[in-house]
Amino acid sequence: MAEGTLEVRIWRGGDEGSFGAYAVPARENQTVLDVVTEVQRRFEPSLAYRFSCRVGVCGSCAMTINGTPRWTCRTHVKRVAPEGRLTIEPLRNMKRVKDLACDMDGFLDKWASVGTFEGTATRADPPAALDPANPARQEVDAAIQCINCAVCYAACDVVAWDPHYLGPAALNRAWTLYNDARVADRGAVLESALQPGGCHTCHSHGACTEHCPVGLSPTASIAGLKRASLLSMLKGGRA
Amino acid sequence: MSEARLFALQRLTALVMAPLVLVHLVLIVYAVQGGLTAGEILERTRGSFFWGLFYGAFVLMAAIHAPIGLRNVLREWTGLGRRPIDWLMVAFGLLLLLLGWRAVVAVVGGGA
Repeated sequence: MAEGTLEVRIWRGGDEGSFGAYAVPARENQTVLDVVTEVQRRFEPSLAYRFSCRVGVCGSCAMTINGTPRWTCRTHVKRVAPEGRLTIEPLRNMKRVKDLACDMDGFLDKWASVGTFEGTATRADPPAALDPANPARQEVDAAIQCINCAVCYAACDVVAWDPHYLGPAALNRAWTLYNDARVADRGAVLESALQPGGCHTCHSHGACTEHCPVGLSPTASIAGLKRASLLSMLKGGRA
Repeated sequence: MSEARLFALQRLTALVMAPLVLVHLVLIVYAVQGGLTAGEILERTRGSFFWGLFYGAFVLMAAIHAPIGLRNVLREWTGLGRRPIDWLMVAFGLLLLLLGWRAVVAVVGGGA
């Protein structure tokens, strides 16, 4: 497919808008981000999109490619568009700001609403000794690599249906905080994950796990929170 | 009531209902096999403490279980606010209880 031309449709505008059509030369080893960049540099200098690292570390270049949320930098055109046709839109479930950039506020506010890391240690204390074999620590390790790219949030149908739903990334974060032995008030973290729109809103469709570019399973983290809520209730906790 | 409690209640009631549903279905198939009439069935259920307890519990479980599930559906598929949905579901649960127990009384109540 290296020879020839790609038929590329790119969303222009905000929530209201239309697709622009572009003919982009097909190349060997071409990622979708390369295509978007080429369109901006050669045809549409006003095209808005986000990227930073280009190598799957920063999590800022996620878009909807042929209907599926993905990192554009780690998606080869060959893999997703063997016919050479690409439709590129901003991520779903967030307000579209301009072209391929969407407003991440809702996503990040929900992330922050499950709590931030607040430990008990001070500067004077030695670093905490964490046993990698500890089961709770292993739960944290399995879920900690999230880089907030919002692919899971865009993939989740429940987020689309219920705007109050915190979504997979925020709940996955809650699960890592809840299992972190250094967190001062783990009960408060669990409580924030149990708010209306919290973990019990999840339908376990697994779209987040299916699409997570890092290979995490927010579905498993959310199931863990549900389990923790039941246990906490049985123990007469705050749930 | 908290989301966690509703979640637990929904699962607990499902746990209780699962065997009840099976017995209910098997019973229907069994009862019509021999060509029993409604009158003959009522003859056997009227005054039966067991069937009263069985279907009374079934109705109670359904009246708790269904509104919790329907609440989620309404939240996701309608523009109704959370508070109105909650009150609507309380009313729906009570309606299920009323209709269900009325049916139970009709089947097991009254002398044979």
